[in-house]
Amino acid sequence: MKFLIAFLLTAALAFTGGLYFDWWIIAPAAFITAVLVRQRPGMAFLAGFLAVFLLWAGLSYWIDVQNQHILATRIAKLMGVGSPFMLVIVTGLVGGLVGGLAALSGSFMVAIKPSSRS
Amino acid sequence: MRLIPFVISTVVTTALVIVLSRPLGNAAPMPLGSFFSPQHGFWQNAEPADQDFSEQLKLKGLKGKSSVYLDDRLVPHVFADNDEDVYFIQGYLHARFRLFQMDLQTRAAEGRVSEFAGAGAIDYDRAQRRLGMKYAAENALQEMEKDPASLAVFSAYTRGVNAYIHSLRSSQLPLEYKLLNIQPEEWTNLRTALLLKMMAKMLASQTERDFAYTNARSVFTPEQFAALYPQVPDSLLPIVPKGTPFEKPGIIPVRPAAADSAYPAGAVAHHDPAAADPANGSNNWVVDGTKTQSGAPILANDPHLELSLPSIWYEMQLSTPTSNVYGASLPGSPFVIIGFNDSISWGVTNSQRDVKDYYEIKFKDASRKQYWYNGEWKDASLRVEKIGVRGQSDIYDTVAYTHYGPVMYDDSFNDSLSGKRNLAVRWVAHDPSNDGWAFYLLNRARNYDDYTNALKYMVCPGQNFVFASKSGDIALWQQGKFPARWKDQGMYIMAGQDSTFNWQGFIPQEENPHAKNPARGFLESANQRPADSTYPYFIPGSYITPRGVAIEKYLSSMSGITPQDMMKLQNNYFNVMAEDMRPVLLKYVQRDQLKGSASKYLELVENWDLFAGPDSKGQTIYQTWFDSLNRAIWWDDLSQVKPELPFPDEETTMELLKRDSTSMAFIDDRRTPETETLAELVTGALNRAAANLAEKEKDGKLEWAAFKNPTIYHLLKQSKKMIVLGRQGLHVGGYGNIINAITHSHGPSWRMIVQMGPLTEAWGVYPGGQSGNPGSRFYDNFIDTWATGQYFSLWLMKKSDALDKRVKWTMQFEPEV
Repeated sequence: MKFLIAFLLTAALAFTGGLYFDWWIIAPAAFITAVLVRQRPGMAFLAGFLAVFLLWAGLSYWIDVQNQHILATRIAKLMGVGSPFMLVIVTGLVGGLVGGLAALSGSFMVAIKPSSRS
Repeated sequence: MRLIPFVISTVVTTALVIVLSRPLGNAAPMPLGSFFSPQHGFWQNAEPADQDFSEQLKLKGLKGKSSVYLDDRLVPHVFADNDEDVYFIQGYLHARFRLFQMDLQTRAAEGRVSEFAGAGAIDYDRAQRRLGMKYAAENALQEMEKDPASLAVFSAYTRGVNAYIHSLRSSQLPLEYKLLNIQPEEWTNLRTALLLKMMAKMLASQTERDFAYTNARSVFTPEQFAALYPQVPDSLLPIVPKGTPFEKPGIIPVRPAAADSAYPAGAVAHHDPAAADPANGSNNWVVDGTKTQSGAPILANDPHLELSLPSIWYEMQLSTPTSNVYGASLPGSPFVIIGFNDSISWGVTNSQRDVKDYYEIKFKDASRKQYWYNGEWKDASLRVEKIGVRGQSDIYDTVAYTHYGPVMYDDSFNDSLSGKRNLAVRWVAHDPSNDGWAFYLLNRARNYDDYTNALKYMVCPGQNFVFASKSGDIALWQQGKFPARWKDQGMYIMAGQDSTFNWQGFIPQEENPHAKNPARGFLESANQRPADSTYPYFIPGSYITPRGVAIEKYLSSMSGITPQDMMKLQNNYFNVMAEDMRPVLLKYVQRDQLKGSASKYLELVENWDLFAGPDSKGQTIYQTWFDSLNRAIWWDDLSQVKPELPFPDEETTMELLKRDSTSMAFIDDRRTPETETLAELVTGALNRAAANLAEKEKDGKLEWAAFKNPTIYHLLKQSKKMIVLGRQGLHVGGYGNIINAITHSHGPSWRMIVQMGPLTEAWGVYPGGQSGNPGSRFYDNFIDTWATGQYFSLWLMKKSDALDKRVKWTMQFEPEV
């Protein structure tokens, strides 16, 4: 349940933030979520990673389909990643990695020391 | 808190964000984070295929309400109440669909490429500044802003461009800005002037060969020189039909007594990193009602330029209560440049005239503050050029300006082999002019008199304006401001230490070569010399002869012409040069001396139909053979000086070979003790070509299109990776000397045919698309139509057609209150 909440909150914050701020808003979005929704670091990372990965990959996939792959075909060649679909995956990975790491950092900030864990 | 893991993960996260926010270097200047972000980066430029272009816009600076109807090809039909609004909207639309190219071209004009491309472009920028491109634009700007009507029009255009720029959020920036990591810059009237000067440089610079000819003087006798670089080729069919009488010249320049001896001696070496393409050419022609099926004149034009994506042209209709014009516009400038209105149509080709000379300057000292002129030290003005360079600190370049113009070459900008020479440029493009106004008036011209009146504003680049009117007149004027030269003036670098060699005046405008309603019923221009030797002025230039010969060959024999015939002619692949040259090759080739595949290739040339279509093997073999022969004949002679002299024009070579099999001893290779014969050269050339062609054939590249790989590059072609934004491997034939003049990446940048019947009918196509966005389906959607020689019907819409099914989207403009 916590995982789902963290996942959805990160994605919502990252998307809304993206409308008003620069791309790096995904990092604070994942970080704040991890601070508010306490999870073990591994789970926090996964929630942050998946949220931004799916947000970025999902948005770009949607755009790519609407665009009938015109631009992604060109950019995929430019970046040497093969196909528009791979470009979507790479897009997701770039965002996901930032989101996951930021969430990890947030979870460590509010984490209880392992020795005092109940 | 788990401090250590927290610190580590926070540092790693921050570092990743910083890395993704920084440019990766000059090769990939875009920061990857924002580039990939689907809400900020390139994905935002991926336009939905069913994009709705309709908009309601409230913008400051408009006077009244206007409507823009976009048709299914995304061509805007602008209906405004007055001149200012129509040009405001033209500026807005140019920016909306082509912002990056306008911005790039004007930055390049000003010599500011290094600011985003880094140190590799410094030489280019210095050459632009030393040629005085901005100085030229500043002089033009004064003229443009002198007349209130002109000021109002150019300022309205500028406001329109800026209205769009100001409306942009960073996520909406054109893709190239994201790739280069730069921001658009505010538009100004000066930038419009800069763009027009870029056209002047493209078309009226490097039409002189002063450096090369200066070098040639030290190697060749005057007779040899005249044979290699003749002023009037034998095969010339001039723009003004032969036999047309010319008026007595209004100005007779006086040849100075010291003309031959006083040219500064010695060779020069020069480098111009911004050299123009010598193949810039074009065709236009017009036939009158006696030659057409409909009885109405038909006009055709196809300007040949470096092909690019986005295209240099943007198609549009501009309509106000007092004017209604359709055609190709130039993003960065108001007006339609090539097109038609309700009464007339017009088109342009380049005049190729030499309007640029170099004068040797003697400075008092290294400060370059004073130079010797007419017996005294005269002050030069120094212009300090600050060049910003991406990734390093600014550099400064000081350029001295004399009464001739800027001293382009001096100690700091020259790789002269024979001492350091200071060379000032005298260039017509530096003279004040409002060339754009010629187009303002042409857009509104109703008859021949309006047309000739409009042309008077055109100073540089000199153009051949073809004309047809509904009332049945046809005409062709070569228009520009051209110096009245004494014989040989300005062929070589001239002495600038006194006024002896100065230009003495200009050819009176009404004496520019022109023809109206000739008895033969047609006129044509294709970059050839405009008149034969009876024209009373000395007019050097870098003329191109063969296409004009081919066009006349066809037009003179045609009758009952339809627009479809004109389309076929624009796409014609007949190789008129080869028609003359092949018999020479076949006469001299020694069949028993051929090696390898040479015999097979010879047979293909013998059986070739002389058409350079995309599948032609004969054309590939012929051209490779000719190029190989050309090199064998000239290289040993022309490489005696560095830099090498330009090869004589191909028709000069052909004419020499036809006349004299030793071609004044140029056939002999001066590097060998034996005396070579033409037969040996022709045979050797085929053998060498065959070896090369056999390799190509193995790769399946013997067909002409596969061999030359026709390509339309993106404007940022300097970067190899940007080929992903271009188109390669187009299935088209043609060559520079063929009517359909497509070379590897150069050719007909706009094809237009207009029939001036009771109802104007027009067809056109350009190899690009209306949108400059590589993520739009309108980016390159005209290319296939262009490549297959087809046309779109051009729709001169009436305001009452707003409900026509061809209208797909509507943009409503009104003033912000």
